Amino acid sequence: MMQFAPQELLWSGNFWLHLLLFAGMIITFILLMVMFFIWYERRLIGRFQVRLGPNRAGPFGLLQPVADVLKILTKEDIVPSKGDKIVFWLAPIIALAPVFMMFAVIPLQGNALLVDLNIGILYIIAVSSVASIGIFMAGWGSYNKYSLIGAMRDVAQLISYEIPLVLSIVGVVLIAGSLSLNDIVEAQTVPFILLQPLGFLIFFIGSLAEINRTPFDLVEADSEIVAGYNIEYSGMKFATFFLMEYAEALTSSAIITTLFLGGWKGPFLPPFLWFIIKVIAVFSLIVWVRSTIPRFRIDQVMAFAWKFLLPLALINLLLTSMQVVFFQEASSLVIIISSLVIMAALILIWSKFFRLGGNSTGL
Amino acid sequence: MLENFGYIALFTVISILFASLLVFLPVLLRLIKIIPSKPNPIKYTPFECGMETIGRSWVQFNFRYYFYALMLIALDVMVVFLYPWAVDLKQLGEFGFFVVLIFISIVVIGYIYAWRKKVLEWK
Repeated sequence: MMQFAPQELLWSGNFWLHLLLFAGMIITFILLMVMFFIWYERRLIGRFQVRLGPNRAGPFGLLQPVADVLKILTKEDIVPSKGDKIVFWLAPIIALAPVFMMFAVIPLQGNALLVDLNIGILYIIAVSSVASIGIFMAGWGSYNKYSLIGAMRDVAQLISYEIPLVLSIVGVVLIAGSLSLNDIVEAQTVPFILLQPLGFLIFFIGSLAEINRTPFDLVEADSEIVAGYNIEYSGMKFATFFLMEYAEALTSSAIITTLFLGGWKGPFLPPFLWFIIKVIAVFSLIVWVRSTIPRFRIDQVMAFAWKFLLPLALINLLLTSMQVVFFQEASSLVIIISSLVIMAALILIWSKFFRLGGNSTGL
Repeated sequence: MLENFGYIALFTVISILFASLLVFLPVLLRLIKIIPSKPNPIKYTPFECGMETIGRSWVQFNFRYYFYALMLIALDVMVVFLYPWAVDLKQLGEFGFFVVLIFISIVVIGYIYAWRKKVLEWK
């Protein structure tokens, strides 16, 4: 716990100094990364669709997000007259604040985090669900049927994908033996994506559903319910929801990086840079999924969570705990190869049971 | 230890203040006339692709995922019990493994029962 790095002198002296420094750093980091992500996703999607993407504002179109923010800042603020005004105003705040709060326990570098909570990952699980309350409040307060449907779908997705997501984290905790994210990174002499390939896949898919990215973006399915929960929002309140979605994508990438990809660890480059590189790599994967897979139907989404991901997450938990108890001395190479083989076999076998298509889903 | 949660509490306040700043900034900008304000009754009606909304928007809604929510409660509580066990499993050894195996299998029996009763179908 008490390694003495030279940076630590600067960071962990004064309570208030530490708080202000890290609060400022986290908020700046999130805002800058979100602006970069908006540009990056549009450029990347452009590449995937064989076009250029935004390239006019600034070099390579890098100033496009700035232009977007300035434009949206000067838009008229419209509040529907029949809506529930208090809920309508509170919703963006309640949706955005938890996403910032999650970053408090994610280590940006060795011991460089706002607070090294000993229940870190449990705190993240608890806080991450609160954003959905904000989304539901937005859907309810708007007095619009589309928003209400979108918000209902968000809750349905949340309650379905919560369990596989949380179960796949238990596998990581079993191997690392700690809930603190700093300790989990320290424990990764081998990145946990190799020891827990099935857990990584389940966590990745669950994260996609929690942050409503494309295969699971029924919440804002443009072709059915126009824009989902944020349909009545305009101006800066809409921008807050937009910021929330990208900040959630950023946070999920950061959590995947921390839990499975070894966090800030890496050779040659400084740790902070490694962290950012890995986060961008995970986000690129998310964008790749978005440009490849079309939107699912709601019954497919639910069946996928309850009949595919949940049993596999339970099996993964069983196998991991057996590995921790009975094969503690096995070399990591054996574990890596056997877990990859088991993952491939399980996914193939379960896909045979599981039938998608036609009008029915399921066994 | 308590100091750690002090950080969390203060950072919660900071994030809420920051989010409120974003949301209430337009109110300020409207006062100094940067943001236009041209009220119009049509503008404040619920958007429905040009149609007028039929009936109320806050209707009684068919919770199709009602049973899923019940399942969530059972399974989520199980997972909460798994976390402290997962941290200490290396010390607990075989006894801890088999005790939790029995505990999980009880919940899984309920899960299989629900599946057989077609609770997990989207009707």
